[in-house]
Amino acid sequence: MKTATPARKIDSFLDQEYSAGFETLLEADTLPKGLSEDVIRVISAKKGEPEFLLEWRLEAYRRWLTMTAPKWAAVDFPDIDFQDIVYYSAPKKKDGPKSLDEVDPELLKTFEKLGVPLHERARLAGVAVDAVFDSVSVATTFQKELGEHGIIFCSFSEAVKTHPELIRQYLGTVVPPSDNFYAALNSAVFSDGSFVFIPKGVKCPMELSTYFRINARDTGQFERTLIIAEEGASVSYLEGCTAPMRDENQLHAAVVELIALDDAKIKYSTVQNWYPGDKDGIGGIYNFVTKRGDCRGARSHISWTQVETGSAITWKYPSVILRGDDSVGDFHSVALSNHRQQADTGTKMIHMGRNTKSTILSKGISAGRGSNTFRGLVRISPKAEGARNYTQCDSLLIGDQCAAHTFPTIEARNPTAHVEHEATTSRIGEDQLFYAMQRGLTAEDAVSMIVNGFCREVFKELPMEFAVEAQKLLGVSLEGSIG
Amino acid sequence: MLDIKNLKASVEGKDILKGLDLQVKAGEVHAIMGPNGSGKSTLSQVLAGRDTFQVDGGSVTWDGQDLLAMPIEERARAGLFLAFQYPVEIPGVSNAYFLKAAVNAIRKHRGLPEFDAMDFLTRVKAEMKAVGMKEEFLYRAVNEGFSGGEKKRNEVLQMALLEPRLAILDETDSGLDIDALKVVADGVNRLRSPDRALIVITHYQRLLDYIVPDHVHVLSQGRIVRSGGRELALELEEKGYGWIGDAGEIHAAPPAAGGAQ
Ligand SMILES: Nc1ncnc2c1ncn2[C@@H]1O[C@H](COP(=O)(O)OP(=O)(O)OP(=O)(O)O)[C@@H](O)[C@H]1O
Ligand SMILES: [Mg+2]
Repeated sequence: MKTATPARKIDSFLDQEYSAGFETLLEADTLPKGLSEDVIRVISAKKGEPEFLLEWRLEAYRRWLTMTAPKWAAVDFPDIDFQDIVYYSAPKKKDGPKSLDEVDPELLKTFEKLGVPLHERARLAGVAVDAVFDSVSVATTFQKELGEHGIIFCSFSEAVKTHPELIRQYLGTVVPPSDNFYAALNSAVFSDGSFVFIPKGVKCPMELSTYFRINARDTGQFERTLIIAEEGASVSYLEGCTAPMRDENQLHAAVVELIALDDAKIKYSTVQNWYPGDKDGIGGIYNFVTKRGDCRGARSHISWTQVETGSAITWKYPSVILRGDDSVGDFHSVALSNHRQQADTGTKMIHMGRNTKSTILSKGISAGRGSNTFRGLVRISPKAEGARNYTQCDSLLIGDQCAAHTFPTIEARNPTAHVEHEATTSRIGEDQLFYAMQRGLTAEDAVSMIVNGFCREVFKELPMEFAVEAQKLLGVSLEGSIG
Repeated sequence: MLDIKNLKASVEGKDILKGLDLQVKAGEVHAIMGPNGSGKSTLSQVLAGRDTFQVDGGSVTWDGQDLLAMPIEERARAGLFLAFQYPVEIPGVSNAYFLKAAVNAIRKHRGLPEFDAMDFLTRVKAEMKAVGMKEEFLYRAVNEGFSGGEKKRNEVLQMALLEPRLAILDETDSGLDIDALKVVADGVNRLRSPDRALIVITHYQRLLDYIVPDHVHVLSQGRIVRSGGRELALELEEKGYGWIGDAGEIHAAPPAAGGAQ
């Protein structure tokens, strides 16, 4: 607690008393800036959490105090003052909405702008939506229908109340609080998130979707998502994220844990377009996320697909631990950085079981003065007899001021391992643009066509609506990158 | 339709077009011949708007408009088509997608309804048959891994689909076998109409057996040094470029090399 950089700030902070006492804090909809054990107690009390969870948070907090923020990623940003962040903020509400009709119409309008299909449209589209607005989940649809299959899909806070035994059994078993600086912070202060439980043998009849949105000023977002697929179960989960323009950088440190038991399959797709800051890198979201899947059972399958066009800084490595024999892990990613965005992403595939198989397909696009870094770690442990990995990293450069870096690391500790790596870098050529424009396309259309072509193998993995959205997003994100 | 006056263009400080004059009227077919490096492709790319070439003087009028002031895609939409000497590969983008995007961009500009997927497929398949391309080429990436001849056929296919008012074919016949040559010629001839014009750049008079030109020009050292009728092409084939005027400036290949690539 004495050595860590943030700890120094925390020490000084601890010296000063909260001007408002614990009780007043409890009534506030938004806590004052800063972090302390008291703040954590308040968060836990506000949520009516059981004792074990409060203890778990406090334990994580104490761990965090001893840790330092990682500096190794190829991103560059001023030190974050963790005492200058609000750790809890709830939209004003009385008793909580019982149905959509009770939800603040302003809130619904915001979701509508974001294209979240909350109403009947959602039903028709077969999408169940758990919408997170700042820290509190405001509306959960389809719970009933899903409930008939024994599926639990709700906000994390709700799951804590209704299924504390599942939380206790699984929380932190994939990403322990001690895992890394941001995971520890998240474990201490997480506000809300989603919880999914698919019981044995059940194939989830619809795509589950959460839209995250960061809105209130200076509010750090610390979502916690936990998805469990029991033996033979399967689910496809979509996460979409948007944030409005903000001048100050906003911290986002989520943790996502996926657990697949024997023969289970979890497909997790993300389209992320948080505010990346303006042309000169002012504003924008800092996104430090720990996402990890645990193929705990034999023949289980976890697949990450992500399209990242947002955030000022992204630091994210969705990973899979291939524990069960014959389990399969996939990572399909498109990461775009334009203007002054910095993306440091990648994945880790940890092979532990026999005949485990993983595929990494990474497409990095850099435009403007953006920088894109891919880090891949493939580890084959001594017991992972017959493990196989195929990695392909492609980079596309638009313009000559951007950068792409690839750092593949392979640790094969079993001689039967079979690991293949391919990497390419290409630049959108003036000749390609001229050719397309000579056929009547605008420069923007030509670039977006080439970019979409480049990303096709990944888009193919996305659910239909998401693929369309992803294409549009890339178009929007590339605006102003040429000419 | 097209009026080029005293056109001068350079690249990286090197003068390539040195005062070129050419008039093309609707309904006409012009053939341009000339030694390697004389500026034929430069002319076609300057007309299409490629900005690696700098225009240093002169004017180009297109239907009374200043062509040189128009952006690349506007020229294309107004009906100017260039069949590239070296068609460009676009990995990852399927030919079908590319063709549909191009056709619809141009249809939109012309106030025609855009093709939906079905209309487009029907149309493109018919044209592919005419130029002797297998359907599989629709689903391959644009020009990627196409043989030389396949790339050229793909250019002719695009020309047929886009129905340009002025088509410039830059050595579309080079590297083609005799059957393919007939396909290209056939494509061009189908396009011929009183309101369309064609500029055919070639080294071989053989193509002109199939596409009979109204005018033949010789481009040398960045200028049109000689113009004539169909017989000029025959004469060039026989004698090469060496005998043509502007003597002293021309150190072209000996007569026997005329028409060589
Ligand atoms: N980008 C460039 N940079 C430098 N020189 C160039 C460039 N493009 C063309 N040139 C030069 O300009 C001259 C004319 O080239 P151009 O391609 O127009 O000739 P061409 O008449 O089409 O020849 P060919 O019959 O071989 O196709 C050549 O000397 C060529 O090397
Ligand atoms: Mg040429």
